[in-house]
Amino acid sequence: MVNKLLEVKGLKTYFHTFKGTVKAVDGISFSLNRGEILGIVGESGGGKSVAGFSIMKLIEEPGFIQAGEIIFQGEDINRKNEREMKDIRGKDIAMIFQDPMTSLNPLYTIYQQLEEVLKLHSKMGAKARRERCIELLNQVGIPQPADRLNSYPHQFSGGMRQRVIIAIALAAKPKLIIADEPTTALDVTIQAQILQLLKRLVQENNSSLILITHDLAVVSQMVDKIIVMYCGKILEQGKIDDIIYQPAHPYTSGLLNSIPRLRDQKKRLEQIPGIVPNMFQLPAGCNFAPRCRCFRDKCLVDQPEIATIEKEHGVACHFPLLEVGRI
Amino acid sequence: MIKYIFKRFYHMILVLFIVSIIVFFVMSFTGDPVLMLVPLDATQAQIDAARIELGLDQPLLVQYGIFLKNLLRGDLGNSYAFKQSAIKLIIERMPATFELVVFSIIISIFLAIPLGVYAGAYPKKRSSKTIMLASLLGISLPNFWVGMMLIFIFAVQLQVMPSFGRGDIIEIVGLRLSILTKDGLKHLILPAVMLSIQSMAVLLRLTRAGMMEVMKQDFIKFARAKGALTRTILFKHALKNVLIPVITVFGIQIGKIIAFATVTETIFAWPGMGKLLIDSINRSDRPVIVAYLLVVSFIFVCLNFFVDLMYTFIDPRIDLR
Amino acid sequence: MTKLKIGVLSASVNAENKWSQFLQSEFYFNYKRNIAAIAGTILIILFLLMATVGPLLVPQNPYNLQEISILDAYKPPAWAEDGELRYLLGTDSQGRDILSSIVYGTRVSLFIGITGMLFSCIIGTVLGLVAGFFGGKIDSLIMRIADIQLSFPATLIALFIMSISGRGIVNLLIALTLVGWVIYARTVRGATLAEKKKEYIEAVKVIGLPNYKILFKHILPNVFTSTIVIATIQVGSFVLTEATLSFLGVGVPVTRPSLGLLVKNGYDVLFSGLWWASTFPGLFIMLLVFGINMLGDFMRDELNPRLK
Repeated sequence: MVNKLLEVKGLKTYFHTFKGTVKAVDGISFSLNRGEILGIVGESGGGKSVAGFSIMKLIEEPGFIQAGEIIFQGEDINRKNEREMKDIRGKDIAMIFQDPMTSLNPLYTIYQQLEEVLKLHSKMGAKARRERCIELLNQVGIPQPADRLNSYPHQFSGGMRQRVIIAIALAAKPKLIIADEPTTALDVTIQAQILQLLKRLVQENNSSLILITHDLAVVSQMVDKIIVMYCGKILEQGKIDDIIYQPAHPYTSGLLNSIPRLRDQKKRLEQIPGIVPNMFQLPAGCNFAPRCRCFRDKCLVDQPEIATIEKEHGVACHFPLLEVGRI
Repeated sequence: MIKYIFKRFYHMILVLFIVSIIVFFVMSFTGDPVLMLVPLDATQAQIDAARIELGLDQPLLVQYGIFLKNLLRGDLGNSYAFKQSAIKLIIERMPATFELVVFSIIISIFLAIPLGVYAGAYPKKRSSKTIMLASLLGISLPNFWVGMMLIFIFAVQLQVMPSFGRGDIIEIVGLRLSILTKDGLKHLILPAVMLSIQSMAVLLRLTRAGMMEVMKQDFIKFARAKGALTRTILFKHALKNVLIPVITVFGIQIGKIIAFATVTETIFAWPGMGKLLIDSINRSDRPVIVAYLLVVSFIFVCLNFFVDLMYTFIDPRIDLR
Repeated sequence: MTKLKIGVLSASVNAENKWSQFLQSEFYFNYKRNIAAIAGTILIILFLLMATVGPLLVPQNPYNLQEISILDAYKPPAWAEDGELRYLLGTDSQGRDILSSIVYGTRVSLFIGITGMLFSCIIGTVLGLVAGFFGGKIDSLIMRIADIQLSFPATLIALFIMSISGRGIVNLLIALTLVGWVIYARTVRGATLAEKKKEYIEAVKVIGLPNYKILFKHILPNVFTSTIVIATIQVGSFVLTEATLSFLGVGVPVTRPSLGLLVKNGYDVLFSGLWWASTFPGLFIMLLVFGINMLGDFMRDELNPRLK
């Protein structure tokens, strides 16, 4: 029990807009142990980012956390006020954003932005802060860190900026890092580097990581556990091996089949037919039913609840795929 | 950097040159300046002599050359009413206007920016909506009328404030200022309040619009994710980004304040160059009007030049080379 | 004949559709809940009514010498001690009813504001279209003029034009148009440039549609929303500019006083305690401009996608 860092129970985050209510996150539950890496996977618009922001309580109007508990180190974040959250954000939970080009303030130097976290969350003196900043930049692999401290963000490339952002996130040695599509905006060649860097640093710091991505291939190499989200709900969750080798939900299986493989050149890449439904008019039954290859009548009327099929492996499907090696 | 300043400087000269051409042609085609310079009972021979003396018998281009030469020497003719150099008249009255304008700008900045930041950061709050409605009222007010109402309430009814003039004046390094005396400050308050209302409203709205846009940016969310204090996020992270567009418009705002100072000075009988302008317009004292136009153009062009330089300093992304 | 009927019918059905579409739009939804925008609309309608049918309802025509009497001069508003119900807002030093003067003055102010806006809008839009569409030298010429003009405050430019040309309604309209066109030209040019790049313009060019048809049929409708917001707000700012110029003595002629000139006339007697002669006309300027700005502000917020 001591090992459990984060436990999310029945989290619901809704957006109340002119056109109606969007249930961006609709009753998700999961937990995360210390030092563990969790991947949240799904197509864009599936509520992954909103889930991440909910944990930091950074949901802005017209969004509201409607219900649920977010228990972090034994305390419910959802009940904390803004002032208490300020001590948690950056210090205990840090976040890495999707687009490094827009996440840094263009008018302040790298040093000013890095130092800000240390000023807020540590009692270091000016000299110690400077040394720590250099050390951090060194850790994330920025050459000649002492010289680059006074550069402005626009003088860095996208990959370099993402390294700076990782350095900022790590600055106060947070217990949990939420990385929201950290490599989506980067060149393919840099993506792997950044991810490996992230994984190594998280392990060195003994932090936990929530990696939000639409790219199942990315997470499969990095994470311990996976959550597959679709239209605000969890469709499948479990250990990485269970998900990769024994996907129980047709959606997960579809995502896996759409990953290109080097060795396997015979088959055409599969795709999931159709598109993500309109969030204002979700289907009555299973959200995925209209795109599912194996839906039956029940799927159209009855929404499946998540059910454990094996130890730590849960799936929300009336007719889960259970055969081994379905891929 | 130097090349950039040089380029801006060149642009500045160009604008002044165009203004001088426009002024010259407008003046040459609207009325005969000779008739205004010679005595009313002058004979035709006297008129002709004056015309030749002023070079007005020459072709237009030569005339413009003469005008430009005089302009560069700071000679724009004598005021008909005061019988002395028009440009000197204006420069004499400049400190009074300058004082009024600067004081108004300070009032409007100190009120507009914090309120604008607040209204932009929390646009849905009732207090923000009230601020916005008040600022909308501010830009809808006929500002001469506000001045009159201030006079009526504070000077005529309550009799707590003076209604005209500058009051006691103190001279510091050659500048005659009234702000530093108690009586002078009392005289300054009403006109400055009147003059600042509109620019305050405009600045507030600009700041708010800028804030609303900046607050949606990722780096603001990222700063929140760092655990930064709200105050820091608003005034450090957001405001500096908002200032760039605000400063761009600020030059024009100061220009507007100078322009509206003519109205304020007329109402409060403030002896500045704006009142001189209106008096000269009513007296058809052309040399003074021309001199005012050129002096004010010069001020505006310089202002824009400095504003340009200023935001290149704030924004590190602008490459000065 | 039947064809025509069907045309008319479908047009009316079309209009009805558009209307019901409008009633269901987000714009209308937000409008219904925006008290300021509704208040602005009501104020504008009241002022328009005042300017059109108002003269029929007020007690006198203040510019018909037979209808005014010097004996009625200096009457305070009706609720004051010596007030008369006939002169609701009091009378001025000539015995003119202030309320009647305001109604006639609103006519002048609104006429100048709206006409000035129309001229500026037409000229500015055409210049902006031309500059954006043809580019090159004509574009840089127009935009250079606009840039230089924008570095000077509009009121000051108008003040100079008026001080040279002398007071008068036509001169005022010329002055307002000369300062007002720039904003349309810049906005329309920007929109034209953006629109020109789109493929469908290429396509109609290929068909060989003449330039003026491309401009007016395809590009103009796209700049309509931004233009209408500017135009609304400009009427308010022109009413203020005109009032300021008239107050300074270089605006409308004394024979056709606008609201601004009424304030000036009142200013001359303010110190002798005749406060109502300037207070009420000024109040009406404020209400008119405030009404226009409340609606204009709402429209700008709603129609500007960047702030959504």
